[in-house]
Amino acid sequence: MSLRERVLKTVSELGLPRLTVILFLIGLFILGAVQGVSVADLLSNSIGRFAMNAMLTLSMVPAIQCGIGPNFGLPVGIIAGLLGLVISMEFGLTGFTGLFAAAVLGILLGAVFGVLYGHLLNRVKGQEMMVGTYVGFAVVSGMCMFWLLMPFRNPRLIWTLGGEGLRVTISLSDFFSNVLDNFLAIRAGVFKFPTGLVLCVLAVAILYRIFEYTRLGTAMDLAGQNEQFARAAGINVERMRVTGTAMSTAMGALGIVLYAQSYGFVQLYTAPLMMAFPAVAAILIGGATPRAAGISNAIVGTFLFQTLLAITVPVTQSVIGGDISEIIRLIVSNGMVLYALTRGHGGGNNGS
Amino acid sequence: MEARRKLSFKRAIRENGVPIMFFILCGLGVLASGKPLSFLLQEAIGRMARNSFIVLSLVVPIVAGLGLNFAIVLGAMAGQAGLIAVAAAKIKGLPGLFTAVVVAFPLALLLGWAAGSIMNRAKGREMIAGMILGFFMNGVYMLVFLFGAGTVLPIKDPRMILPQGYGLRNTVDLQVVKWSLDNLLKVRVGPISLPLATFAVTALLSMGILKLFSTKLGQDMRAAGQDIRIAEVAGIKVDRTRMVAMLLSTVLGAIGQILFLQNIGTLNVYDSHGQTGTFAIAALLVGGATVTKATVGQALLGTFMFHLLFIVSPYAGQNLLGSAMVGEYFRAFVAYAVIAFSLALHSLQRSKMAVRR
Repeated sequence: MSLRERVLKTVSELGLPRLTVILFLIGLFILGAVQGVSVADLLSNSIGRFAMNAMLTLSMVPAIQCGIGPNFGLPVGIIAGLLGLVISMEFGLTGFTGLFAAAVLGILLGAVFGVLYGHLLNRVKGQEMMVGTYVGFAVVSGMCMFWLLMPFRNPRLIWTLGGEGLRVTISLSDFFSNVLDNFLAIRAGVFKFPTGLVLCVLAVAILYRIFEYTRLGTAMDLAGQNEQFARAAGINVERMRVTGTAMSTAMGALGIVLYAQSYGFVQLYTAPLMMAFPAVAAILIGGATPRAAGISNAIVGTFLFQTLLAITVPVTQSVIGGDISEIIRLIVSNGMVLYALTRGHGGGNNGS
Repeated sequence: MEARRKLSFKRAIRENGVPIMFFILCGLGVLASGKPLSFLLQEAIGRMARNSFIVLSLVVPIVAGLGLNFAIVLGAMAGQAGLIAVAAAKIKGLPGLFTAVVVAFPLALLLGWAAGSIMNRAKGREMIAGMILGFFMNGVYMLVFLFGAGTVLPIKDPRMILPQGYGLRNTVDLQVVKWSLDNLLKVRVGPISLPLATFAVTALLSMGILKLFSTKLGQDMRAAGQDIRIAEVAGIKVDRTRMVAMLLSTVLGAIGQILFLQNIGTLNVYDSHGQTGTFAIAALLVGGATVTKATVGQALLGTFMFHLLFIVSPYAGQNLLGSAMVGEYFRAFVAYAVIAFSLALHSLQRSKMAVRR
């Protein structure tokens, strides 16, 4: 195989957008180094963001495997996680206890919500992405009323004026911000490696990898890949789809708990509205399609996407003196999703 | 006979569930708001005038089988680009409005072509593709006006450009064209004033759409909307027909956004188009349209009811729960929930039909 053939093969395997992202990333690193932006700072930033977002992207894996496609209804899970967070905080739990309570409560609520949401998706086969998106939007905006009206009493959570309704952003500094990040963290100057959080993400990833080898895991994957064949093999496809959706939603709940822990703030109200899109984009950048995904796609994709975002800020700041990262995020993430949607095959499970 | 009539009554209720539910919701909202009817009517008429056009622009793609056109945001962006040009060149009044349309037209064609091409490549997933395309183009739009204005685009007015010398400010004052169409022919009926010129334009569009569906092109659209394969067998160029529908919708969307903003009077450069798609689509659905069926009447009825609910919900929230914010969140919730409900209902009916077959 000549070099030219090999290059062409790599390009077609990676796909144009993925290649663009990688080349862009390399270009930015070089530009950053030339401009004298601290590489340690960049790396630390990109690892931090990777760890923060990885679980949200991982939650896409069971959804795609069970056949509902990328879970655009991720906000449903995020709401479950946020409920876990605010309830844990309402009881004044701090440190690892608080984080653990929030995570467990979030995962349980997420699983329940996910089962309901999965049953809905079973009725709308072929339109899961669109229905999911708008169910997510509706749930987030409906919850805005909930946050405002529910009788939370902890003064650190509610508005100081009027004493009613949860705040838009709640600081976790008095509760459990960064407890997992700082656990066994490795520090060297500005560089920080959030060992605890990375270990937690890896643990879930490994557990999921083991799950893939179990009877249930293989049955779920088969149901997503070929519905007719799975049915012929005696698999209850509908049930597998509900299982996958519930897992995805529960992982989304855990994802937002870890995210908030790392970010240091809980963001309520309209903040979760658009959170599904970066997660969807990340797993697609990592090489997944709307029909097939694995843990490695999620890990690689989150790393590429978040590194890209982490690097754009300081590098473009030093070159053109403006923050272009939001624009890059919009163009890259949505461009990637569009590319996946227009590739003919794939894209949701056409129930017919 | 009796049973049959009962059945058809039941069916009528079921098929018009969304508008009936909304009618009741609006009625309750009006009662709870405690505002005089003349005030509400004035507000609703004003909003009818400024919103109907863009809602109507959604009808054609639905009939052509492209579903709810979430890519209407692209049309809105083109319209805003036209208005920004007019604000920069300070062309006053109706000529300004006309110039905005002229500037927006080629942009809308280009964007509509992009949307049409993408949707022809994503058949069966047009709506999600259109929505993501809207987000994508929002990035491009921000790039153009945040970094292009003042550098590539010759906009020099310091009231429009950020202090750093480039990039458009968050709001652009549209005083030059504000109410230029609305005030052209205003008639007062009792306590209510009617912007007749704007209504005339809307009526013209309504008749144009009705006329379109009786032409060959309109019939082709209907056929392509019902079944792509059968339409193709019948010799209809489906892709081309769908493209025409998208071009039409995007251009109309651009004009609709221009009319909308000439009524508002200020342009939120980076926000105004964001909600356009969601609210226009929700309004259309409220009138009883579905993913596959929409009429001009449904568009107009939906716009009226949706915006009536929009007007009353903060007041109702204030009166019932002591917080206007609840009302604000409630209307956002209603918009999203109506869309989610209609989408779910549509796929539910489709899968039932597939089972029957």
